Amino acid sequence: MNRDPLADPVRFIDERTAAAPQMRKFMRYLFPDHWSFLLGEVALYAFLVLIATGIYLALFFDPSTAKTVYHGSYTPLDGVRMSNAFKSVVDISLTYKAGLLMRQTHHWAADVFVAAILMHLMRVFFTGAFRKPRELTWIVGLILLFTALLEGYMGYSLVDDLLSGMGLAIGYGVGLSIPVIGGPVIQALFGAPFPGSPHLWSRMYIAHVLLVPLLLLALIGVHLLLVMARHHTQFRESPRHTQKRIIGVPLFPGQVPRSLALMLFVAGLLFLLGGLIQINPIWQWGPYEPWLGTNGAQPDWYLGWLIGALRLMPGFDVTIGHYTLIPNPFWGGVLFPLVVLGVLLAVPFAERRLTGDRGVHNLADRPRDAPGRTAFGVAFLSWVFLIFAFGAADRIFVLWGLSYNVQLFVFRIAIWVIPAILYVVTRRWCRALQVAEEVEAIQESAEEDIRSRAKARAPTAAGGR
Amino acid sequence: MKLWQWLFALIVGRILRRRSPPEEPRQKPERIVPVGSPQRRAENLVLVFLGLAVVFALGFIVVYGQFSPRGMSNSLLGITLGGSLLWIALALTVVAKRLVVTEELEDDYPEQHPEKQREVVQIVHESGSRITRKRLLVGAGAAAGGTLGLAALTPVLSLGPVWDTDALDETPWRRGVRLVDDEGTPLRADDIQHQSFYTAFAEGADKELLGNSLVVIRLDPDKLHLPHGRSDWAPYGIMAYSKICTHAGCAVALYRNPKFPAVQPSPALVCPCHYSTFDPFTGGQVVYGPAGRPLPQLPLMIDDEGYLRAAGNFSARVGPSWWNVRERPTNA
Repeated sequence: MNRDPLADPVRFIDERTAAAPQMRKFMRYLFPDHWSFLLGEVALYAFLVLIATGIYLALFFDPSTAKTVYHGSYTPLDGVRMSNAFKSVVDISLTYKAGLLMRQTHHWAADVFVAAILMHLMRVFFTGAFRKPRELTWIVGLILLFTALLEGYMGYSLVDDLLSGMGLAIGYGVGLSIPVIGGPVIQALFGAPFPGSPHLWSRMYIAHVLLVPLLLLALIGVHLLLVMARHHTQFRESPRHTQKRIIGVPLFPGQVPRSLALMLFVAGLLFLLGGLIQINPIWQWGPYEPWLGTNGAQPDWYLGWLIGALRLMPGFDVTIGHYTLIPNPFWGGVLFPLVVLGVLLAVPFAERRLTGDRGVHNLADRPRDAPGRTAFGVAFLSWVFLIFAFGAADRIFVLWGLSYNVQLFVFRIAIWVIPAILYVVTRRWCRALQVAEEVEAIQESAEEDIRSRAKARAPTAAGGR
Repeated sequence: MKLWQWLFALIVGRILRRRSPPEEPRQKPERIVPVGSPQRRAENLVLVFLGLAVVFALGFIVVYGQFSPRGMSNSLLGITLGGSLLWIALALTVVAKRLVVTEELEDDYPEQHPEKQREVVQIVHESGSRITRKRLLVGAGAAAGGTLGLAALTPVLSLGPVWDTDALDETPWRRGVRLVDDEGTPLRADDIQHQSFYTAFAEGADKELLGNSLVVIRLDPDKLHLPHGRSDWAPYGIMAYSKICTHAGCAVALYRNPKFPAVQPSPALVCPCHYSTFDPFTGGQVVYGPAGRPLPQLPLMIDDEGYLRAAGNFSARVGPSWWNVRERPTNA
């Protein structure tokens, strides 16, 4: 009998780490089998693609705002004065082999990363998976989401093209608008009034390629450890699925090929997007200068909600006499995202308070099981989404000719009315679904009853009495 | 020669070592993973997919070798690399669905450990039982840690001129400074036409400074309603405003100019970021959008040679609003 070729390596590891029991246990760690549990994994794999493509880009990118005159392969920009940063990204895109593929894939991966986190967040919210004992996982996840937004913002600011410069200017204005500390904080970050000292680019670069990715990695690590410590929630698919017992597919062999397949699907699709669908053709926008701007500029989708809020806000600064206390961008650019973050952070604790339910929950709700929560979630999401949608009002005007004025008027009302309507409708809908289920259950048990009675009567009937 | 001897010894050693512990015929342990029937067709499918992945990966290398930035190369690179990944993904999907046994196992959700919790608390308390002045010591420790933390954070102040926010108000405009265009050519009053829109800078100053760039337009002098004290700021209706929006600092890059004034709104300066709209006739008042204060106006004069010059500094601070922004006067 031949010796098992795996025996030696496993023995080697166990003798040196004493980890065989943990390995044995980890291999049989259970994953409940539901497609919606894969959304978080999609985000994780998009992050891996971001790291891989980002490393490639970092080998060519020059984080310098020193000016140069372009004489490269793209003749329409010939003789244009631009920063080294912008020039290096034009070169990555149009000169280096596979550079454009990597850059576009990086950009797509960032968009998909945030989208997947958001979908995952909605899944967790609407199934009540944030409840005890998983509040910490929820909080870490939210910090992850907002850190990812910051990372994305810095990523496209670094390019120093016309759109990124406009975005950075808005960031500067929003930062300045913070009461009392706005000026000092912005001076500290930018090093000088806009467009900032040369240090700004060194700072943004190290933050974008090292500090924030490390933070993201650490948060992802903590998030996953917390998930593993308490396992996933599971749906009430059968009477065997209980608060005490988890039912699922083991990590090995069941989950590993699935997860790997998902990872490669995500990576493959992102590279297909990066190769086939153009995103942010910066050589068409040209370099940024503080006195330049363009109509119809839009940020990446995940910052659209902030643009929408800035645009929706009526035009006033809070002033006392001739003192400005709170400049306008504060409302849409600072307060609004903080309110959204605050509400989401408070969700597990608010729900515990409102329902008085302090129990441990390993069983996931279906949205209908908690009409109040589901209705609130739909209303809150629609509020944010409508504000997001207004961020594209100028595009809507171009596409469908809907007047910006009319849209502004309608949206200012709609962002309050529609969530209220959706709250009521969703609540009633959930209740109706619950009632329908009860009726169905009663019908079924009645039919069962009739059948069993018929069965019980059958022999006597046959007896011909 | 030495090397051969070593190699020989190594090979012999390995063979002997393999043979030395006589294999005991052990009983096969009970299966952990359940048995499944072989699936040769699924295996064939996996082989096909992996083969395609090899072809696509090789394709990527070939396309890379043939790369030209002007051709279809980027698409082909994406198709080959993405395709290779997707074929492996498909192979793994078949492995997951058909070749690996599908198990549905049960396990306990982790419990709470009240006993251990109590012991943790107990260990901490008992460890400190020798200490008599606990609050004092904890307070002193917190003071030491806190001040050290503060000290460690102080160098952050080197980041910018943090307290010196005067730089935010800096403009190169003084009485007598000439207006130049993008190329540095001085602007003459005659260059400024009706219904057009010019970007101007202070001669010899850093163009990137927020307090530098101007929008210069020409309007009918009879229609101007400038604020009190600005009656001579717009010679022949030529007026200059800061090009930086007072809302969030974007460039006021649009000049709304009606083609048919009878029904269209009057000329205005518009920022494309959030559509703050400023009325040049009234000294830059906000007529639309989220901006909270007027666009700063620069007083102009025309010198003897017909060049445009600043007659002073802006009417208010340039750039996005911030704490106190209205109150402080601009530097003269």
